[in-house]
Amino acid sequence: MIIDHPLLGPRDAREFTYLGDAALIDRPDGLAAGAEDAFYDYLYLRDNPAGLHRELWYHEQGDRSWLVVTRDTRSHEITQVELARDVALALGRGA
Amino acid sequence: MTVAQPNRLAGGRIDRARTLSFRFDGRRYTGHPGDTLASALVANDVALLGRSFKYHRPRGLISAGSEEPNALVTLAHGGAHTPNTRATMVELVDGLVAAPQNAWPSLRFDTLAVNDLAAPLLTAGFYYKTFMWPRGFWERVYEPAIRRAAGLGRLDTAPDPDSYDRGFLHCDLLVVGAGPAGLMAALTAGRAGARVILADEDTVAGGRLNAETHAIDDAPGADWAAAARAELAALPSVRVMPRTTVFGVFDHGTYGALERAAPDAPSHAPRETFWRIFARACTLCAGATERPIAFPGNDRPGILLAGAARAFVNRWAAAPARRAAVFTNNDDGHRSAADLAAAGIEVVALIDTRADAPDCPFAAETLRGAQVIGTSGRRRLTAITVRAAGGALRRIACGALAVSGGWNPNLHLAAQHRARPAWDDAIAAFVPVPGAVPGQRAAGAAAGVFSTAGALAGGAAAARAALEDLGLSAGAPAPLPRTEDAPVRVTAFWHVTGAPGRAWLDFQNDVTVKDVALAQAEGFRSVEHVKRYTTLGMATDQGRTASTAAIGVMAALSGQGIAETGTTMVRPPYTPVSLGALAGRARGPRFRPVRRTPTHVFAEARGAVFTEAGQWLRAQYYPRPGETHWRESVDREVRAVRGAVGVCDVTTLGKIDVQGADAAAFLDRIYCNRMATLPIGRVRYGLMLREDGIVMDDGTAARLGPDHFIVTTTTANAGAVTRHMEFARQCLWPGMDVQLVSVTDAWAQIAVAGPNARRLLRRIVDPPHDLSNQTFPFMACGAVTVCGGLGGRLFRISFSGELAYELAVPARYGNALMDELLDRGADLGATPYGTEALGVLRIEKGHAAGNELNGRTTAAMLGLGRMVSGEKDSIGAVLSRREGLAGDDRRLAGFVPLDGTSAIPGGAHLLRPGARAEAANVLGWISSAAFSPTLESPIALGFVALAGARMGATLRAVSPVDGRDIPVRAVSPHFVDPDGGRLRG
Repeated sequence: MIIDHPLLGPRDAREFTYLGDAALIDRPDGLAAGAEDAFYDYLYLRDNPAGLHRELWYHEQGDRSWLVVTRDTRSHEITQVELARDVALALGRGA
Repeated sequence: MTVAQPNRLAGGRIDRARTLSFRFDGRRYTGHPGDTLASALVANDVALLGRSFKYHRPRGLISAGSEEPNALVTLAHGGAHTPNTRATMVELVDGLVAAPQNAWPSLRFDTLAVNDLAAPLLTAGFYYKTFMWPRGFWERVYEPAIRRAAGLGRLDTAPDPDSYDRGFLHCDLLVVGAGPAGLMAALTAGRAGARVILADEDTVAGGRLNAETHAIDDAPGADWAAAARAELAALPSVRVMPRTTVFGVFDHGTYGALERAAPDAPSHAPRETFWRIFARACTLCAGATERPIAFPGNDRPGILLAGAARAFVNRWAAAPARRAAVFTNNDDGHRSAADLAAAGIEVVALIDTRADAPDCPFAAETLRGAQVIGTSGRRRLTAITVRAAGGALRRIACGALAVSGGWNPNLHLAAQHRARPAWDDAIAAFVPVPGAVPGQRAAGAAAGVFSTAGALAGGAAAARAALEDLGLSAGAPAPLPRTEDAPVRVTAFWHVTGAPGRAWLDFQNDVTVKDVALAQAEGFRSVEHVKRYTTLGMATDQGRTASTAAIGVMAALSGQGIAETGTTMVRPPYTPVSLGALAGRARGPRFRPVRRTPTHVFAEARGAVFTEAGQWLRAQYYPRPGETHWRESVDREVRAVRGAVGVCDVTTLGKIDVQGADAAAFLDRIYCNRMATLPIGRVRYGLMLREDGIVMDDGTAARLGPDHFIVTTTTANAGAVTRHMEFARQCLWPGMDVQLVSVTDAWAQIAVAGPNARRLLRRIVDPPHDLSNQTFPFMACGAVTVCGGLGGRLFRISFSGELAYELAVPARYGNALMDELLDRGADLGATPYGTEALGVLRIEKGHAAGNELNGRTTAAMLGLGRMVSGEKDSIGAVLSRREGLAGDDRRLAGFVPLDGTSAIPGGAHLLRPGARAEAANVLGWISSAAFSPTLESPIALGFVALAGARMGATLRAVSPVDGRDIPVRAVSPHFVDPDGGRLRG
């Protein structure tokens, strides 16, 4: 597989480490009420779509960027690659 | 003694100026450069090449190419041997030695040929039906017996003496196959300046052109191919790769290819190279494979594919026999008859299944609407029985039968992405579905276009289309060469019916029409099920000559059409790939990179024994003269640390430099305990949880400034923790001002531990730095200079429980610092110690390490439950408190043997005295065990339920692996200095 890194261009997938669903970016607040249920959902309830899937890849043998890769799980076609940091900021995550 | 080549004809593309000698089955033969082992055996009139997989039937060649199912030989090379080599793919070299397989005591007299008499018992699924009972017999009796009898070649268990390699290539256009379509595609793209790779499994480009007699532009097709080769060789952007099989297509234009070395390659060259080719576009010109027709006795040596027969004659000047017949359902079979006759072979009959077949003027007679329904001959064909259109039977004597059931496009690379090929009635074959693999186009025979003119036009058009896709200019189209453009005329015909005897579909797995019918009768309807039940289409040839006919038989039996019956899933590899090539150079010591510590030279000079810790090579212990057992060395090193001072390289522990205005707040989220409150110049133990509440790693955080920390990880988790912290930084809290960089390799870090540690360091650390307990107490840290000005960092931390420091200097000074420490500390008893003593020291002290942080333990289990702060949000804190996990009452404890001498088995289960050794009674496990020279007793750490209540209790450490059952007593995990007086002293 080839991942088109937003900063470095096309790179072999073997330079990357796979984590999983990009929903992991959306971590609940550990101090909020009902945090235990929120963390249960966050950690264990994942979608497993046959189709487009947004997932986290880490450029471990490269620049250490975390990326959000949109991949079709049926064909492995990659339709979008974003810096995870940009995705997180757009979701309103800050400090 | 050498014999002549009785079946060698005139002509051919072999170099008769040189004669090569080779051996097969113990006999010596000769051949010429340009021969394959197969063609040389044909020239020498050797028809019997092997015994079949199940029935041990005599078998010969049926093809001239990579699809060969029968002619598997074991090849000797460099003192080793390679089994299951296709004789058709072996280039003849002088001195070659090949042996047949699956026959004992000899190829001609194989005792297991009795299997053939037992054939009624050995039908599809016979394993499942026959060897059911008694149950215990399967592993001990049946399977070994079957494996001995049914078989391919024997694996050579000695190390492979050859070298292999792997590599990467990039191109605009990958052209798979160098027949007329592939050559034309490569010429079209190469002339336009595109970066082209032309790969072909044959030794010389040209494909079928080298095996045919028709002309291109008034010259022999093979000459046109040679000219094309020469032109391509001169084009700077084209790389022609003969002997290279593109065996798989992977995602995003990645192709796997296997290149075999030429026989005249230098001896140091790799025997095979595994290439990953990154192609922006691909033209699939892999040609087609002829298929046999199933008729009774169709597996006898001497019966071969018609296209292969004419390839042996035209390319290699080798006659399968002097008298031959042809059996066909299509016009291409007539071409074989013409070529055999032109070479001087007597074509006694052409049997065509079609009632409206054209007359063949090259055969003695043309039998239309006729079928071959039987064969005879013991070890090779002597005669065939033909059923004429009217039903009359005739016996015709011949030494070879050339069979053509039509041609299958080699569409494998277009179908490996789960695409199911489409059925084309016009050519009675499956064809690739356009667009199945992004960026790939099929052309020529691979696309179902069988004429040479069609191949040339298709190759050129596919290349032009690819260039257009890539935004490259193809230039003005060049006129195509003139050549034959015969239409395909074929009438599907899969198997002869109404005649007794077994008719083979899959020669390699001995699967007959009857087996497929039986599978269908037993309810196996899907092609995938029939494949697995009968084994049709498995093993080295992957059913290339078998699958389509089997699908045709299934379709006929079920009444479904062939298109509805469909094909099995096509997966890589197209042809076998040796594991050696996939490994390349990554074997033995080169299996993975070796990381050496900054004190490696020092340790080597001291005679250290090394151990692998991940990629790291670390000093395990330092034997001294006279020490005969590793324990002697390790015990001495431990005593030196407890009694004087030891030095140990701890560089391999991960070091991450954390900087930024939010560094402290960030670490508060990463560690479950407080880090923001850590004063500058101090170190704190830190525990990191996974988000699910399990302990991930432990280490220390040292605060060097308001915005600057150095955190350490265990050796094993250095990479994982960096990845985890980067995830938190980039994905969870992207607004934080914090930067991370791994500095593990930048600093040599040496532990200096023992009661004399401070005295030794005073001789190393430059005088202005005050190391007194008041100024630099336990858990202090700071920048220092050593040995007269070298900048370093000093941390007062202890893994051993002794007064201890870790001193970091730039990595290049590691060896020198070790030498200085030992020179200046000689009178203090300074002793280097390795990872083994390091482990004993930490077990004596009750410190957790990798064995305890094994991904199944919580902070509470480690006795560190109170470290998890409830006042802040840190990773894993919430779920560490969840029900069940929080209720786990197993705790870290120490253990000693009741008898004071028995070693405690690491990994042992903890059980009550008298309890049966079964899972339900297990109270915990032993995680780390060692002999403690300090206590002069074996000791261990482990986890046990209700450890606090059981302190002092007697348990058993039971190891089912080796049967040991050791009575132990649960004690405090802190065997040495439980109050910590020594490390604070």
